[in-house]
Amino acid sequence: MTDPTPGTPGQTVGPFFGLSLPYAGGPELVPPGSAGAIRLHGQVLDGVGEPVPDALLELWQAGPDGAVVREPGSLNRDGWTFTGWGRAATDNAGHWSFSTLRPGPGRPGAAPFFALTVFARGLLDRLRTRIYLPESESSLAADPLLSALPAERRATLVATAEPDGYVFDVVLQGDRETVFLESRP
Amino acid sequence: MPENAPPDTQESISAEIASIAAAHEKAGPGPLLDYPPYRSSILRHPTFAPVQVDPEEVELAGPVFGARDVDPTDADLTAQHPGEPVGERMVVTGRITDGAGRPVAGQLVEVWQANAAGRYAHGRDRHPAPLDPNFTGTGRSLTDADGWYRFVTIKPGPYPWRNHLNAWRPAHIHFSLFGRDFTERVVTQMYFPGDPLLPLDPIFQSIPDTAGQQRLLATYDHGVTRPEWSTGYRWDIVLTGPRRTWTQS
Ligand SMILES: [Fe+3]
Repeated sequence: MTDPTPGTPGQTVGPFFGLSLPYAGGPELVPPGSAGAIRLHGQVLDGVGEPVPDALLELWQAGPDGAVVREPGSLNRDGWTFTGWGRAATDNAGHWSFSTLRPGPGRPGAAPFFALTVFARGLLDRLRTRIYLPESESSLAADPLLSALPAERRATLVATAEPDGYVFDVVLQGDRETVFLESRP
Repeated sequence: MPENAPPDTQESISAEIASIAAAHEKAGPGPLLDYPPYRSSILRHPTFAPVQVDPEEVELAGPVFGARDVDPTDADLTAQHPGEPVGERMVVTGRITDGAGRPVAGQLVEVWQANAAGRYAHGRDRHPAPLDPNFTGTGRSLTDADGWYRFVTIKPGPYPWRNHLNAWRPAHIHFSLFGRDFTERVVTQMYFPGDPLLPLDPIFQSIPDTAGQQRLLATYDHGVTRPEWSTGYRWDIVLTGPRRTWTQS
């Protein structure tokens, strides 16, 4: 531990965040059906494959040009400003969905991804992961994170293309457990 | 647990807490994710260690919030209804910094909590304590240029939950915090000093490090009270992101 001050520990989001954290427009980084809009969706599943109906996901991403977005207004969307950030709670079937734009590569040749944070009742601290786009096999093969993972674990980080976007399941535990990330100190 | 098994007692949960604490004396400052005394964690904790990664540029930034996102009145949880809520009115304030002590300025802080009787204004809360028509228990604030946040609220009550027989959560306020970058995002809970329920609570005790536990306790601060109107608590927050430790049992 090199930090002079240790951080404040996390605690579970619990079951009662529903009145406070989700908000109208949270999952809609762009209006559904607008130019360039894609649907990014999936389920959150527990260690026996049951849906998690009380999870909360936060999406953070670059714009289609790959640039980091520095725009306020996520909590009060005007329908025109892309803020790069959104929040979606799971429904009774453990399903979540965002309407957003495809992120571009952060640098030439890099594999584009969505950054995702996962909260849930029963999860004592937040989890971080990435959702990679499946299209560019060469950039995926060159990605420093993906290329260091065994094939079956690597597959948990790559979304599946659909006609209107992508599907990606967050598996909290078990054989298909999603790879969760921690920043290298 | 089989449907007809007798529910766990506080004594058996406390014994589990004690044995895990003994085995994790040198654990990191964060909560254990695999912490069976918190029964809901059993099927929801990852079994693989987190994979270490060098953050990309986008992960070294985070969402920007501003005046468009938060109304200044959102920080007063006692002023959201025509009448005054029941309970001990208090100010909760503190400073948010990064691990190097630099203020986290202009960032979003969200809070939610039970009312003075220990009841959430949430449809899933079945605890038969009274709802308060003058208290919803949710607030937002932006930190100022020096990293300070400030809420006016009432002291939440403890409440029972179904982790085990006669399980009670210590009084707490849920906090959602954004740091300078995406990796510093934290959701946590603020507790009150001297709460007799803290040693019994599997969620608080999921942090095996007692110094880590202390960092979730507010301090009574007479200097932040409003005279003859409210008590006051101070709770400072440090967002370190990448240095967070994630020890598996
Ligand atoms: Fe709570």
